[in-house]
Amino acid sequence: MTHTDWPLWEVFVRSRRGLSHTHAGSLHAPDAEMALRNARDLYTRRGEGVSIWVVPSAAITASSPDEKDPFFEPSADKPYRHPTFYEIPEGVKHL
Amino acid sequence: MTATVPTTAALALGDDALVLSHRLAEWTGHAPVLEEEVALVNIALDLLGQARFLLSMAGDEDELAYLREERAFTNLQLVEQPNGDFAHTIARQLYFSAYQHLLYGQLADGDGPFAPLAIKAVHEVAYHRDHAEQWTLRLGDGTDVSHERMQRACEALWRFTGEMFQPVEGLDVDWAALEATWLDTVGDVLRRATLTLPEGPRRGAWSAGAGRQGLHTEPFGRMLAEMQHLHRSHPGASW
Repeated sequence: MTHTDWPLWEVFVRSRRGLSHTHAGSLHAPDAEMALRNARDLYTRRGEGVSIWVVPSAAITASSPDEKDPFFEPSADKPYRHPTFYEIPEGVKHL
Repeated sequence: MTATVPTTAALALGDDALVLSHRLAEWTGHAPVLEEEVALVNIALDLLGQARFLLSMAGDEDELAYLREERAFTNLQLVEQPNGDFAHTIARQLYFSAYQHLLYGQLADGDGPFAPLAIKAVHEVAYHRDHAEQWTLRLGDGTDVSHERMQRACEALWRFTGEMFQPVEGLDVDWAALEATWLDTVGDVLRRATLTLPEGPRRGAWSAGAGRQGLHTEPFGRMLAEMQHLHRSHPGASW
């Protein structure tokens, strides 16, 4: 019995209404429905979530580490792009 | 709500949950894949929580779980059956979780002493049932090998299913309706999984079913020995 041909899935969990789904980890499963259930068992056992997405890892196109500099370096010296000049009102948690 | 605790019923349901919880926990470190191990042990933990609640209704939970002899346990013979291959475990889960889901559904709708537990547990059990159904569909409608193994497992455990619908003293349940719905439900899952509903006897001489009276199958003694030996060797130990 082998399970090495089960595809890998990336799991995204929304922890509360109003927040976006965040990446929680990955797992193996034979299909999307089982991946969803495995994700429920692995990543939401302690009440962490209200919604789960699973995405085949193979469907994700990722930026390459080799292109890190051209991709991200140019934004480093543009402080005006960051909203750091505003006072954040108290009580705003997820800005 | 009655003032007296229906001890017989609390023990019967509590023993079902405890024994099946232990059987599922035996998969720890042995499950086909890591993800499935977590799923099975999650179900085991849900059942253990139910067992603690129910046994505490009848007395001291530790004493009841660890110091009773085999003949004093009143769980169904179905739940004590060994894990077998993965298909056997799934067939046992399918039969039992469908039963438990319907039973807790009825208890949750009533106002008896088990209603508070049933209202909470019925959601847990709905998930157990879904887990078993999903796997039954995939194994039954999977490869030739998985289909054959799943069919064999369903046949092997069939004779233990009649016992589930023996009335339990202290439970206000429509057992005939429960059994009819159970047969429909399980039959529907098996059909969708391209499996055949077993035809063997579910009651009478060639069926099993005296667990509620304290009679158990051979593997139960060995399971109990493993489950109880630590507590019996070190009475009162904690960690």
